[in-house]
Amino acid sequence: MNTLPMEYGLLLAGILFVIGLVSLLIRRNIIFMLISVEIMLNAAGLAFIVAGARWAQPEGQVMFIFIITMAAAEVSVGLALILQLYHNLKTLDSDAANLMHG
Amino acid sequence: MELTFFIAAAVAVLATIMVVTQYNLIHALLYLVVSFLAISVVFFTLGAPFMAALEIIIYAGAIVVLIIFVIMMLNLTQEDIQHEKEWLKPRIWIGPAVLSMILLVELVYIFTADTPDTYRSTPVEAQAVGMSLFGPYVLGVQLSGMLLMAGIVGAYHLGRQKKKVIHRFLERTEA
Amino acid sequence: MENLLWVIPALPFMGALLLILLGGRLSGPAVSAIGVGCVGLAAVFTLLLGFQFLTDAPAGGVYRQEVWQWFEVAGFNPSIAFHLDALSLVFIFVITFVGFLIHLYSTAYMAEDEGFTRFFAYMNLFVGSMLVLVLADNLLLLYLGWEGVGLCSYLLIGFWYKEPQNGYAARKAFIITRVGDTAMAIGLFMLFQYFGTLHIQSISTEAVQSWPVGAQPALLIAFLLLGGAVGKSGQLPLQTWLPDAMAGPTPVSALIHAATMVTAGVYLIARMHVLFELAPVAQLTVAVIGAVTLLLAGFSALTQSDLKRVLAYSTISQIGYMFLALGVGAWSAGIFHFMIHAFFKALLFLAAGAIILSLHHEQNMFKMGGLKEKMPAVFWTFLIGAASLAALPLITAGFYSKDQILWLALAGERGNVWLYAAGLMGAFITAIYTFRMVFITFYGESKTHLEHPPGTLIILPLVVLAILSTIGGFIELPHNFGHVVLFSDLLRPVLPNLAVDDSLASAEWMFQVLAAAISLAGVLIAFLVYLKKPELHAQIRNSGAAMALHRFWYSGWGFDKLYGALFVQPFVFLATLNKNDVIDSFYSFLTSLTRALNRGLAQTQNGILRWYMMGVVVGALIILTISLLP
Repeated sequence: MNTLPMEYGLLLAGILFVIGLVSLLIRRNIIFMLISVEIMLNAAGLAFIVAGARWAQPEGQVMFIFIITMAAAEVSVGLALILQLYHNLKTLDSDAANLMHG
Repeated sequence: MELTFFIAAAVAVLATIMVVTQYNLIHALLYLVVSFLAISVVFFTLGAPFMAALEIIIYAGAIVVLIIFVIMMLNLTQEDIQHEKEWLKPRIWIGPAVLSMILLVELVYIFTADTPDTYRSTPVEAQAVGMSLFGPYVLGVQLSGMLLMAGIVGAYHLGRQKKKVIHRFLERTEA
Repeated sequence: MENLLWVIPALPFMGALLLILLGGRLSGPAVSAIGVGCVGLAAVFTLLLGFQFLTDAPAGGVYRQEVWQWFEVAGFNPSIAFHLDALSLVFIFVITFVGFLIHLYSTAYMAEDEGFTRFFAYMNLFVGSMLVLVLADNLLLLYLGWEGVGLCSYLLIGFWYKEPQNGYAARKAFIITRVGDTAMAIGLFMLFQYFGTLHIQSISTEAVQSWPVGAQPALLIAFLLLGGAVGKSGQLPLQTWLPDAMAGPTPVSALIHAATMVTAGVYLIARMHVLFELAPVAQLTVAVIGAVTLLLAGFSALTQSDLKRVLAYSTISQIGYMFLALGVGAWSAGIFHFMIHAFFKALLFLAAGAIILSLHHEQNMFKMGGLKEKMPAVFWTFLIGAASLAALPLITAGFYSKDQILWLALAGERGNVWLYAAGLMGAFITAIYTFRMVFITFYGESKTHLEHPPGTLIILPLVVLAILSTIGGFIELPHNFGHVVLFSDLLRPVLPNLAVDDSLASAEWMFQVLAAAISLAGVLIAFLVYLKKPELHAQIRNSGAAMALHRFWYSGWGFDKLYGALFVQPFVFLATLNKNDVIDSFYSFLTSLTRALNRGLAQTQNGILRWYMMGVVVGALIILTISLLP
């Protein structure tokens, strides 16, 4: 029913991934960094869906489900860590958490 | 159908760029919801309707709401937005942008270097995904369950506001 | 009964194990009970077994018991097997019985020491190893016991390890005996190469069949084994460790460095006598080493002021007699002297220990004096031991054993006048230094205050040993005087008899009278110089030449200095040359490189999260780019 070439889907995934990466690199606010990671994970999941559709295999979607699971766990733990960090440092600046340096 | 894909893709990219450039966290999160919705449309056009539903429920629903809750707990003010503006100077963009552009160029090259793909995408039924999940990948499902469990326990443990235990000598010197 | 042979060495090992494992939790009496009891039980088993051995002699004169096969490598399959013949019987009797007495004595001697448990653990381990050494059926097991006693000797010399010089003495003993042990190990390798086995009996039978007298390999192996024996027994040229070994507690000196371990060399030569008879040159060397050592050590003993050092030099000298006997082929005479020497030397050391303990660890003879009235029991037993050492005629055991050696050194088929003369000279010196010791220590005016008189546990072993060193001689009397040959009859199946030159036989009594006269003369001189006319002593000492000689002898003929200049100094020189180890510099370069890299990389760990992310991205980019390149 579809006439979509695979490249477009992959290109979309690549663009989203790179945007997430740029955001991750420039942000100092640690919640923004977490959001960037979510964008990148989502882009990676999109690439799996595209590949699954290309070869008409269910594995792509299976991987997406795994990625979602992982993202959910990561966000819950990450947010808990952010709460602790804010509680201790009174800021969301990731550069302030540089106590462990060589 | 093709048109739907392109429109949704454009919306997703634009919304994501907006997420990245916003100073206000709540605004950024709203754009993020838009981005997720657009991507779910893309999933739909690729013939994965179940995944589209999951995308909305889990990403746009659960995760974003979770982040909003945390933001509410943190009690952010106008001052924090001001901070955000100070931190995002144009100078900071240069290095990451260059690196990311190189990465994007390489990705595009990889995706398009091969002979154009003549195949078309085919929809995969949710039933097939379920059969596969509980067939060959049942171990992965088990491990995911454990991961979620660990996430819950870890979040509970880390998120607890522990009573600070400080020795009275230290307290006195601090005060 | 013979099935219980394994119990004899196993008991002391069990005692050592118990003491090591439970030592910290046991009370003092329990420790003594285990330490003394195990050796005592071993002595009881030895007596029972010996009784059966003597009354109902086994076929071939041997009890053999294989406990298990040790290992098997390329056809080499030594077993943990024990071999009891008359020679081993004499040794295990001395080891367990004298060992038991010394253990008993130690419970009183070491009572106040904080290392009481440790001491008995080491002592039991020593007795076990020594029993393995003399009961071993093959040379590998013998070597195990050999090294075991060496280890215990090291541990016990350095028993009071808080004093640095005790540790030094222990290391010196260990390293110098190691020189001999290395030679012995090479000898064992060669034996294995020639015979494919280390089983003593098969080597003995095969060596006679395959080698003629004077064969090159037999000579070489005999010399290598002699090296091991010389190191262990403190003979020339490896004797320098023994006087320093007196740093250990006195019971250790009595058991290890007088009665048993130092005679392991004698045992080895007697055990491998077949090889030595195939190599007459090596056997002659044994005799010459013995003769020279007994003279050198005797002169050194004349000048010492430390009571224990006199006894140490005298031990070296007496083992020299045993070597002399072995060297002239008077095998059973050598073993006989070993047994008698074990009795009287253990007695002398224990009596000296009793004096030292009572005088609060004072070892200098010249600070003692006049102890005769204060410690009568110790005086009389010491006197009996000294008489035996000086070989006073007729009543002492030492006379009979030493006289036999002297006679066979002259009249035996391999003896000659020079060896006899050296032995006679040695007997004269022995009498002088022995009674010098007696007169200085027990007579004259009292110079010290007696701390506490020795107790029963100390006196009892002295009395038993004193009896043994008197009556022990009567089991072997010269044929023109009683003619009792119990001892040599016992050893005849194991050790060959020595043919005696018949032309001299009629004159034997003359030489006996000469030996007796010589030792009496020695006693007389000591009496004159050290007791009757002390001014004579001072006069002799103050003349220039005598003083130089005194200093020379006092330092043990300068052997320590010689070895220091020959071996230690060059080694230290080489070591200092290579102080900044050439090979080491490579490794220090590695460490400094690692440290530099560490410092550089530590800079990158600045704690800023974005910086780390940048690193990840750059790395991923590089990998991706490389994989894209054609």
